Amino acid sequence: MSAAVQQTVPLPAARRRRAGARVGDTVFGALARAAALLVLVLLGLTALSMLWGGWPAFRTFGWHFFAGTEWDPVTRRFAALVPIYGTLVTSAIAMVIAVPVSFGIAVFLTEVAPRWLAGPVAAAIELLAGVPSIIYGMWGLFVFVPFMADHVDPWIDASLGTLPLIGPLFSGPPLGIGMLTAGIILAIMVVPFVSAVMRDVFALVPPPLRESAFALGATRWEVVRRVVLPYTRTAVVGGIFLGLGRALGETMAVTFVLGNAHDFAISLLAPGNSIAAAIANEFTEADSDIYRQSLIALGFVLFIVTFAVLAVAKLMLLRLARQAGR
Amino acid sequence: MKLSLGLLAIAVAGAIGVAPVAARAQQQITGAGSTFVYPVLAKWSADYARKAKVQINYQSIGSGGGIAQIKAGTVDFGASDKPLTPDELSAAGLAQFPLVIGGVVPVVNIAGIAAGSLTLDGRALADIFLGKVKTWNDPEIAGLNPGVKLPDQRISVVHRSDGSGTTFNFVNYLSKVSPEWKAKVGEGTSVAWPTGVGGKGNEGVAAYVERLKGAIGYVEYAYVIQNKMTWTAMKNAAGAVVKPSAQSFQAAAASADWAHAKDFYLVMTDAPGQDAYPIAATSFILMYKQPKDAARAKLALDFFRYALEEGQATAQSLDYVPFPDSVVRQIEDYWHANIHTK
Repeated sequence: MSAAVQQTVPLPAARRRRAGARVGDTVFGALARAAALLVLVLLGLTALSMLWGGWPAFRTFGWHFFAGTEWDPVTRRFAALVPIYGTLVTSAIAMVIAVPVSFGIAVFLTEVAPRWLAGPVAAAIELLAGVPSIIYGMWGLFVFVPFMADHVDPWIDASLGTLPLIGPLFSGPPLGIGMLTAGIILAIMVVPFVSAVMRDVFALVPPPLRESAFALGATRWEVVRRVVLPYTRTAVVGGIFLGLGRALGETMAVTFVLGNAHDFAISLLAPGNSIAAAIANEFTEADSDIYRQSLIALGFVLFIVTFAVLAVAKLMLLRLARQAGR
Repeated sequence: MKLSLGLLAIAVAGAIGVAPVAARAQQQITGAGSTFVYPVLAKWSADYARKAKVQINYQSIGSGGGIAQIKAGTVDFGASDKPLTPDELSAAGLAQFPLVIGGVVPVVNIAGIAAGSLTLDGRALADIFLGKVKTWNDPEIAGLNPGVKLPDQRISVVHRSDGSGTTFNFVNYLSKVSPEWKAKVGEGTSVAWPTGVGGKGNEGVAAYVERLKGAIGYVEYAYVIQNKMTWTAMKNAAGAVVKPSAQSFQAAAASADWAHAKDFYLVMTDAPGQDAYPIAATSFILMYKQPKDAARAKLALDFFRYALEEGQATAQSLDYVPFPDSVVRQIEDYWHANIHTK
C-alpha cells in the first residue's frame, strides 16, 4: 500500500514534466518550421514582386529583351543581352581561376602544410573573405587595372589574340578595364569562400580511410584523388556553387573594373556590363517608367540565372550520387 | 527558454523593422537631387543654420532622383541640372528657377599635353564620342591645334555610367553642334553611348581618365579645379577659343535670354557670346506652386534668397558662378508670382 503510494506520487510530476517537454517541442518545432517557411515565402515574394515590377518591360520588348543588345534611355528601347553576357562571362572566368586555386589551397592546408604554417595561411585566406567588396574594386581600379593595361592585356592581344577561332575572344585595345579584369578580381573574392568549404570538408575525411590508402602504398595525389575527393564530392561541389552564387551577384567590385559599357563585345578585353552593376549604376537616375521597369526586369533575370545555376548544381549532385551508388 | 523566446521576439521585431519612427525636428526643410550643387548647398546650409536656425537636409541622389522625389512629394524642393519643360512643370504643378551656374569640361590624359594646351570644338568632340575620330593625331584634332605635337595614340572615351545632369548638358551641346550626334544618340540624362567605358559619378569618370592612357572624359568644372585635371580649351559658337572659367561661364549666362524663358526653361550650351564657354550648365530648383506645407516652402524660399543674395561669395569660393543681380531679381519676382506660401 505504502509502496503503491510511493510509486504513484512521482508519476504526475513526471507526466507533467513530459507534457511540458512536449509543449516545448511543439512550440520549438513550429518556430523552426516558421523560420524556414519565412525564407521560402520571402524568396517567392521577392521573385514575384520583381516579375510584377519588370512585367511591362517583358511585355513591351518580348523575347527581344533577352536577345537584343541596345540599351537606349533616349529612345526608351531596352534589351539585356550585354549585361546577361557580362554576368555569365565574368563569373565563368572567376570560377575557372578560383576552383583550381581553391582546391590547391585546401589540399595544401589539409595534406601538405606543416601545422605551424597551415594555421597562419588559413587565417590569412579567411581574412580575405572579410575585405569589403568596395576595397577590391578600388584596389582593382588603382593597382590592378594599370598592371593589366601595361603588362597583361598587350601580351594576350599579341599572343592569344592572333589564334584562329578563339582569337576574337582575346583581341582588343589594352584598356585594362574589361571582363577579364573583372573576372580575375571576382576570382580573388570567391577563393576564400570556396577554399574554406573545401578545407573544412577535406579535414572531415576519417583518418582511417586516409591511413589505409597510404598503407596500401598510395601517393599523396592518389589519396586526394581516390579517397578524399570521392568522400567529399557533394560538399566540394556545394562550395563551388556557393562561390559562383557570390560571383554572379557581386556588384561594387565589378562596376569599378568592368567599364559599364552597354555595347556588345565578344572580346574578354573589352569593357562590358553586368546585371548587378547596371542596376547599381542606373536605378537612381532611371527617369522613365519603362527604364526603371527594365532594370527591375534585369533583377528578375539575375534571380532566374542564379536559380538556374543552383538547380543545375543540384541535378549534377544527384547524378553524381547515383553514379557513385552504382 | 523564456529568455530565449523573448530574445527571439526582439530579433524578429528588429528584422521586420518595427523601429520607433524618429521624431521630426522643428524648422527643418528637406531637398534632394543634383550632386553638382551639393558642395555649395552644404556650405550655404551650414552658414544659414548658424544664422537663421533652419536646418536644410539635402540628399545628393542625382538630378533624376531629385525630379522623382519632388514629384512624389517626399521633399520640400528638388534640384536638377536638367530643366523641366513648362509643360512638364504645369502637369506636375511645379515651379522652377535657376540657382547657380557651372560648366562641363572635357578632360584628357595624353602624354605631353598640359592643361589648356589642347583645343577642341563641338564637332571634334562629337566625332570623338561617336567613335569616328579614333586617334589623337587625327586631322580633325590636328587642324584645331597647329603647333601642338599630338601622339599617334588611341582615344579611350570615358562617359558617365549613371544618369546625370552633367551628361545632359554635355550631350545637349553635342546635339546642338552635330546633326549626326542628334540623329544617332540624342540627348538625355543618360544615353546609349556609341563607344567608351562608363564611370560612376564625376569621381568615377575622373578615375578612369587618370588611369587610361589617351583617355578623354567630361566632368564638372569645380571638380576639374579641385583635382587639377588636364582640361581642354573649347572653340565656341562665335569661333573664339575660350577656357573654362568663372568669366567664360558668366559670359554664357549673360548672352542667355532669361527674361523671355518661360519657367526659366533654358539650356545655356552653345551660347552665342564672343567670350561664352560653350558647355555652361545651370542647376535648377523645383518646388510646388501650391505647397502642402506653406510654412516650410516659405522657409525654403528664405534660404534660397539668402543663397542668391548673400551666398554669392561662398559660391565663388567653391568655383561656382553666381547669377547677376538682374537675374536674381527676375527669380524673386517669379517666386512672388508663382509659389504660394500663404
